[in-house]
Amino acid sequence: MRPPSPSINEKEFLFASLEQALRIDGRALFEQREPELVFGDELGSVECSLGKTRVLAIVEGKMIRPNSDRPFEGTITIHSEISPMASVEYESGRPSEEEGMLSRMLDKVIRRSDVVDKEALCVRAGERVWHIRLTIHCLADAGNLIDCACMAGVVALKHFRRPEVEIVGDEVTIHPPESRAPVPLTLRHLPFVLTFAYFSRGAVLPSAASTASDTIIALLDPNLLEQRLSSGTLALALNAQRELCVVQKAGGVPLEPGEVTRAIEIAVPRAKQLEAFVEARVKDDWERRRVEVR
Amino acid sequence: MSRPRGPTRLSKPYPGSRIEILNDASLRSEGRRPTELRAPTFEVVPGGADSADGSASASMGLTSVRVEVFGPREGRSRAQTLHDRASVNVEVVWVAFGEAGRRRRGRGDRRVAELTSSLRDTFQPAILTALYPRAQIDIHVHILAHDGALLSTCINATSLALLSAGVPMRDLVAAVTAGVHGSTVLCDLTALEEADMPSATVAVLPRSGKVALVGMETRLHVERFGEMFDVARRAAGVLCAEMRAVARGRAREILDAMDSGPAVLREGENDSGAVMVEE
Repeated sequence: MRPPSPSINEKEFLFASLEQALRIDGRALFEQREPELVFGDELGSVECSLGKTRVLAIVEGKMIRPNSDRPFEGTITIHSEISPMASVEYESGRPSEEEGMLSRMLDKVIRRSDVVDKEALCVRAGERVWHIRLTIHCLADAGNLIDCACMAGVVALKHFRRPEVEIVGDEVTIHPPESRAPVPLTLRHLPFVLTFAYFSRGAVLPSAASTASDTIIALLDPNLLEQRLSSGTLALALNAQRELCVVQKAGGVPLEPGEVTRAIEIAVPRAKQLEAFVEARVKDDWERRRVEVR
Repeated sequence: MSRPRGPTRLSKPYPGSRIEILNDASLRSEGRRPTELRAPTFEVVPGGADSADGSASASMGLTSVRVEVFGPREGRSRAQTLHDRASVNVEVVWVAFGEAGRRRRGRGDRRVAELTSSLRDTFQPAILTALYPRAQIDIHVHILAHDGALLSTCINATSLALLSAGVPMRDLVAAVTAGVHGSTVLCDLTALEEADMPSATVAVLPRSGKVALVGMETRLHVERFGEMFDVARRAAGVLCAEMRAVARGRAREILDAMDSGPAVLREGENDSGAVMVEE
């Protein structure tokens, strides 16, 4: 069921506030909601939230026979779904367009940019490799599901540890976590997605003669209302080493090239902050577990 | 065979291949210079009575795409009609045969779905949809051959097809795929080059220079991206000039046909005071 479009009052209020550089939830224009990470009991399970948007990511690993094309590499599959719990507009059973976009974005950010070192997942070439399965459940959609889901996925991969495997001759022994400390995955980099939303009065209230000199207002991390009323988005996936993994501006209001450059300049320091934050939290959680075992 | 030394790195797309991306003389595998585009072939085909309202085909080197446009016409399904503007539907059919990838790509294929949604999102703001409330504009894209720069060729072909159908637009949309090899920016990549280096597709509205679409899926340093972005935008502007020339040629044909009467289409004859096609 499609939720009703925002009312004219809400539209007007949002645009009037944005013209004064005010956001309805009190954030600055380029301020992302503070992410919160809650780790589950299992290694590799994390719930990430950006404001009220919540996503649960779970990583599991098992050993399989590798593909004959690539006998030296492990495999990673990503499965994502948006349950109707997330919002009224999602129906179970029928993959909506947002689900398609989410799954493509996750694929680009995590698989295509080679976050996980697949060769490190090889146990015995041609016979046994690790198969990593990342499952993303979107629990609540309060705007910007994509950023939250990608962060959850990346953090879950960082948090996950697989059992240590010992090969003696022909025998392969998998040591349970109680006897030998499990081993983290080798991650090449940690990409974070930052979505910018653009607003233009002329585009939302369409008229045949909309002026070319319409000012475009940009903001980072739109919440639900802002997402519904935005005239275009730009998603940047980048890591703390100043490398862009994904740039996606598919349609929406045409932007001056300077806007794209400006968005990148804002995203670069934020990605560094996010990486520092994630590293610290994952390390804390691991320390906590070690203390408990002793 | 001595190894060439120099600032440009010799790079092999896959092991055992002798194709170099950029050789000593800074020429690419087909002899193009780094910022040289493949010779584009744009064709605006007239739509007939039973067939599409507008149709065009675009080829960049071996990549070839044909697009047909129907509309604006009465909206088919209630669910899709918008009360204040036309809805734009895009359908992509991958007709390419004899491709290196063995499998046939159906509609649900990820690449096809991505292409479809990118095209729709690019043209929705470019077409003046507010002029046709409750109408529907259908764009059918047929990919005949794929040798790199697929999304850009589709965008260029669609622009011309919409032009041919007489759909009012803010501006033509021109697109180019560019990549970075070492520190050199290459324009208009072939499939082999695309597989080997970070690349991005950039679509611009040439009159205002604004960017309608940017897509990159490979890892690239921020500064390199900036350079590539600039070069790609300029290249798209150049391509648009070509597209306009083709469109003007077609308009000239129509005008000539109007002047001379319904049965005769004279080619190459001087205009005798006929209205010049202005930009």
